[in-house]
Amino acid sequence: MKISSPASISGPPSPSGPRLHPVVGPARRLGRWVDQSWRLAALPLLLLFILPIIVLLTRASPQQLLANLQEDQIRQAILISFRTTLISLVVIVATGTPLAFLMGRYQFRFKRALDTFIDLPIILPPAVAGLALLMTFGRRSLLGSWLEDRGLQIAFTQTAVIIAQVFIAAPFFVRAAAIGFAGVDQEIIQAAQLDGGGRWQVFRFIIVPLTRLALFTGAMTSWARALGEFGATIIFAGNFPGRTQTMPTAIYLGFEIDLDMAITLSVILVLTSFFSLLVVKWLVAEEREEETEESR
Amino acid sequence: MKLKGIFLIGLICMGCFSACRGQAESREKSLSIFAAASLTEAFTEIGEQFEGLNPGVEVNFNFAGSQQLAQQIIEGAPADLFSSASPQYMETLIEAGLVETEAEQIFARNRLVVIYPKENPAQITQLADLAQPRMSLVLAAPEVPVGKYSLEFLDNAEQDPAFGSGFRDAVLANVVSYEENVKAVLAKVALGEADAGIVYRSDLTGENARQVGLIDIPEDLNVIALYPIAPLRNSSHPELSVTFIDFVLSSVGQDILAQYGFLGAEP
Repeated sequence: MKISSPASISGPPSPSGPRLHPVVGPARRLGRWVDQSWRLAALPLLLLFILPIIVLLTRASPQQLLANLQEDQIRQAILISFRTTLISLVVIVATGTPLAFLMGRYQFRFKRALDTFIDLPIILPPAVAGLALLMTFGRRSLLGSWLEDRGLQIAFTQTAVIIAQVFIAAPFFVRAAAIGFAGVDQEIIQAAQLDGGGRWQVFRFIIVPLTRLALFTGAMTSWARALGEFGATIIFAGNFPGRTQTMPTAIYLGFEIDLDMAITLSVILVLTSFFSLLVVKWLVAEEREEETEESR
Repeated sequence: MKLKGIFLIGLICMGCFSACRGQAESREKSLSIFAAASLTEAFTEIGEQFEGLNPGVEVNFNFAGSQQLAQQIIEGAPADLFSSASPQYMETLIEAGLVETEAEQIFARNRLVVIYPKENPAQITQLADLAQPRMSLVLAAPEVPVGKYSLEFLDNAEQDPAFGSGFRDAVLANVVSYEENVKAVLAKVALGEADAGIVYRSDLTGENARQVGLIDIPEDLNVIALYPIAPLRNSSHPELSVTFIDFVLSSVGQDILAQYGFLGAEP
């Protein structure tokens, strides 16, 4: 089975990691110099990634962080963030799996165009996404006015927060799941069908177990992205503490008035995202090891 | 080996710095002005006229929420002038030692107005209508000056027998969003997503303004925003900064500000 996840950049599975070819004689020194230079050249960007996070994490003391956690507005923002992202995650998996299956296992006309549409939210500025969503579900739109006649308003509600998160984060799941589905060997499926497996059975008992890692990593990446969603949310769902104010929105407003609050929420976001990605990478590594052992 | 690497990185950094400096010197003088978002249109025009009058000078603006600008300056963003939508954030910089105590000057004043989408879905004709049930109102967040002033206006109205007690809470119950800046309030009302909003009079100038109607708030209930400007202590062009402030206070500058809905510096 092939596992691909946009969240992991891993080297070849050999336990020793990448090595330059052994060199002998006078060329050896040159080889070592090249080796060292690579490491040095990698340093600036690595520092850029790590340094700001360290600075952020060390800016507030743990006591201060804990004290800030007692504040109502911070708690509300955390609660809303986790609640909306969990609902978003369910929606993403429920609606993203069929789409990923279609993209991973079928060939059809306009597939490439469709694929591009699915990728678009990843590169689109979130503000554009927010504006587009507001135009689509807003009161003046066809859909929005139809809903309003039935007493439903979407903009400025938690539903809008969730729609924005799904729009921005779902592509990560669809992408990972589609690659996973595409990697399932056709022969295995045919064998299961020969044994009398129905379509649903084959999907449930063959395909899902074989792709569980891809589905899981995709879901985690999506969730982490949803947790960080800001640009589309503030335009489409606005900002109302206790209703639509998520952690990222509170951070943005906090940056302007209450830096302590912004730092507290930032630290929570950084730690949550870091560890969820770490768990994903750890699981992928475990699975790889298992596979190499099995193949021996 | 490690030393060599550090040396190399140092060299690269030095290269960067000198490149940046070289760029700044290639123009004769470049004035960097951090100004409140509500000044966007007026200051852009003032800046163009100022450049016309002072050949070789380039004016660069950074428009954003006053509180955000103050924060950026405190964190070390290079600026020559700061112009805030509230004396509060100028005070922040004075306390931080970044602006001289005496240097600040009020150059404009602004007032609040209530806006509604042109087709007026909630049938708003007077201020009291803001309290009618089931209408949606968008305000600026209390963290931004205009948001704070909006709440002050509601407090003032509550004291007025014409509105009566309970007015403030009735209005606040209609709020669907506290936007992070005043332009976002205008945009959402102009889009028709909210039935009403409260913005500065000076915000009603661009394309969005044509999409909304406005109700004036009487002077005794209104909150007048004061706009201070001051050069920053570590400005690289202190003299030019003062020249710019003088231009803003001159009749030309004041006319442009009035054109964009601001009240003059003097009451």
